Amino acid sequence: MKKELALELKHITKTFGNVVANHDVSLDVYKGEILAILGENGCGKTTLMNMISGIYFPDEGEIFVDGKPVIIRSPKDAFRYKIGMVHQHFKLVDIFTAGENIVLGDSEKKRFNLNDVNNRVAEITERYGFTVDPQKKIYEMSVSEKQTVEIIKVLYRNADILILDEPTAVLTPQETRNLFEVLRNMRADGKSIIIITHKLHEVLEISDRVAVLRKGEHIATVDTKDATESSLTEMMVGQKISLNIERTEPKNSVVRLKVEGLSATDDEGLKVLDNISFEARSGEILGIAGIAGSGQRELLEAIAGLYPLNEGDIIYNNPKTGDTVDLRNKTPLQIRNLGVRLSFVPEDRLGMGLVGNMNITDNMMLRSYRRGKSMFVDRARPKALASEIIESLQVNTPGVSTEVRKLSGGNVQKVLVGREIAAAPTVLMVAYPVRGLDINSSYTIYNLLNKQKESGVSVIFVGEDLDVLLELCDRIVVINSGRITGICDGRTVTKEEVGLLMTKSHEEEREVKSNE
Amino acid sequence: MSKAHIEKEPLFHITKRDDMPILNKAAVRVIAVVLALMICMLLSYILIGINPIKMLSSMISGSFGSKRRIWKFLKDLAVLLCISLAVTPAFRMKFWNIGAEGQALIGALASVACIINLGGKIPNALLLVIMFVSSVVIGAVWGVIPAVCKALWNTNETLFTLMMNYIATFIVSYFLMIWTPSGSSSLGMLSHGYLPKVGHEYFLLILVVAILTVGLYVYLNYSKHGYEISVVGESQKTALYIGINVKKVIIRTMTISGALCGLAGFLIVSALDHSVTTATIGGQGFTAIMVSWLAKFNPISMALTSFLITFLDQGSSQISTDFNIDSAFPSVIVGIIIFFIIGCEFFIYYKINFRHKAAKEAK
Repeated sequence: MKKELALELKHITKTFGNVVANHDVSLDVYKGEILAILGENGCGKTTLMNMISGIYFPDEGEIFVDGKPVIIRSPKDAFRYKIGMVHQHFKLVDIFTAGENIVLGDSEKKRFNLNDVNNRVAEITERYGFTVDPQKKIYEMSVSEKQTVEIIKVLYRNADILILDEPTAVLTPQETRNLFEVLRNMRADGKSIIIITHKLHEVLEISDRVAVLRKGEHIATVDTKDATESSLTEMMVGQKISLNIERTEPKNSVVRLKVEGLSATDDEGLKVLDNISFEARSGEILGIAGIAGSGQRELLEAIAGLYPLNEGDIIYNNPKTGDTVDLRNKTPLQIRNLGVRLSFVPEDRLGMGLVGNMNITDNMMLRSYRRGKSMFVDRARPKALASEIIESLQVNTPGVSTEVRKLSGGNVQKVLVGREIAAAPTVLMVAYPVRGLDINSSYTIYNLLNKQKESGVSVIFVGEDLDVLLELCDRIVVINSGRITGICDGRTVTKEEVGLLMTKSHEEEREVKSNE
Repeated sequence: MSKAHIEKEPLFHITKRDDMPILNKAAVRVIAVVLALMICMLLSYILIGINPIKMLSSMISGSFGSKRRIWKFLKDLAVLLCISLAVTPAFRMKFWNIGAEGQALIGALASVACIINLGGKIPNALLLVIMFVSSVVIGAVWGVIPAVCKALWNTNETLFTLMMNYIATFIVSYFLMIWTPSGSSSLGMLSHGYLPKVGHEYFLLILVVAILTVGLYVYLNYSKHGYEISVVGESQKTALYIGINVKKVIIRTMTISGALCGLAGFLIVSALDHSVTTATIGGQGFTAIMVSWLAKFNPISMALTSFLITFLDQGSSQISTDFNIDSAFPSVIVGIIIFFIIGCEFFIYYKINFRHKAAKEAK
């Protein structure tokens, strides 16, 4: 069967300042197919899709729809060419119903009748196998329902080309299966679907072809049936990953931090941490694995004194004095004043760990500016530290007085990790330390963590890449929806076992327990 | 689907620039000022037939035409700069204090109250000290009330400080009624509490503001407090992360900001007005916001921006005297110039890519 082209991109380039987000990308999408766009964080997937859906305008290159060159200047233009995008962060009005959100901004008719709208929505849902109640308000909906509304919104506007940006990131496995079923129905109906993801098994399960992007460039498009997880990974990262992170046996390991029964709720009163207990030992790397948003951020912030706890204790054993202190609900300053040497590399590097508008020296000073009795700050030492970190970690920067926001992601991270390690911690918490970093920078970070471990620091590592967690960590705590579903030995556990612990829902877990 | 739609690349699109070299930045600003002046001259020629060159020279002579005018210029500059400096610590913290008007006015009122109640009864030097302390304290109180509410209940500081202005104005009206039994509500020049004359009568005022400028520059850039203010202003999350007590910093900084406004009120009373009315500050509390912003919250550059604003102000009133035109027209001119100066920042941070140029590059 000869397939018809739906969308062609030719030599698309987009830069932001001196950052090249996409370089000379050419891509074809056929009618009635599901094309997966695969790539690491920050490889330009979303930017590329935003250009198709009219959010950005390409610096160079052309876009063809049905073989005709088109200029897409706004999402409205995109809809005229029957292109619709479902963004990672939903764009819905909370206090409106699903039906009202679906017609919102649809300027085709001057007047509309909500009953007609609901009928059409019903028709669409029936055709593709959705379930949604058009009368339900958005704020009463689950994430998956909201996503459904977004997809229907696009279909309601007669989109033939649908772009889904990481649709499964927020879904449970069951919901993901339902979504895929719907996508297959749409494909059978002749729609073109572009799905952005970085989950390999999903790519293999759902897509017909895979386009791989790496550092803003289009590496290749292959038929999914010819691809395997390892061949795709190889294209994504550029070389076959034999991580080979060295892992030494922990020496003289003692309990440094004991977390007991932590529970916390978010602003809306939902439980984000549910009875979390574990021990972090000196001289080991403790990994924390879980799907994004399972409570990792809240857990680390609670230990650092930044997230209020409802219950539980955080017991710290001071290696110098042998005393134990409870860090529960203390402020970061109180924790420091207790003599606890806790360093924390947060997930939000420029929003929490560093100040983007300050230069490297002033960012070094964040930890040390209080030193001394003088009312003036001492910039000599932070400056020396900045130069030292730039040299030892090979930070690519014009100098110490360059503002941190102007550095690339990897260099920002080196500055942050360098500063936190320079504080000579006994506990070092790092959240997604290699996110957005290239392979070389990632290894620099792994080596730094290993060195800290060897010098007796208790390292707590929150990661998203299971391969890395399995090769780097001595023990792995798996959390799922704010609860611990398992604590495994990093040397013996398999990727599948951890993956299962990460994804099983509470119901499944209960079943497993009752079966035992 | 409307086929009639013209499917062309947009005429231009806007992209963010990399950092511009300092010289280019200066050039953009100079070009903006020159363009603004040219448009103003053209406009005045077309609309009211004034010779543009004469207009320009009238403007300059308004500020620097005579020794007296130069001193007056420096005095006005000093007062405006003083209030601009006062709002700056809060602005660096991204606390939008638009209550400088009220904080300075209530400070001026405190000084006048001291003169009325103590004038002639105690030595002048002691009176001045008491005036200074009460102005600074009441200014600080006026600043700290919205800060406490912000720190404790996260109230909106912009609305709060704005409302505090009206309260200050009406308190002044109230006291004026009490102090003028005739009911005229106009106090007249008081005869006590004069700042001593060192050289020229304005010299001491100018000196105090000059010292304050340097002092505040050092405080904001080299002290631990100044560093904390910057961190809180950039990111409260980072401030919490490194253990800065954000509430304390907000309250402390607004105390300083309010106290400096109070100081401005004291200076206005003791060195210039020797009286108070509801119009004593005359909107300079709001002009100061612009001065501070234009200087990117840098006290040293603030001397330049208040120079510019004062120059425009005096120049425009000179134009209206010299050519006998309504003061509205000079205000239009000031507006145009400020529009250009602020507008040119856009070209420093963004660049515009035109369609044909992009097409050429593609080839």
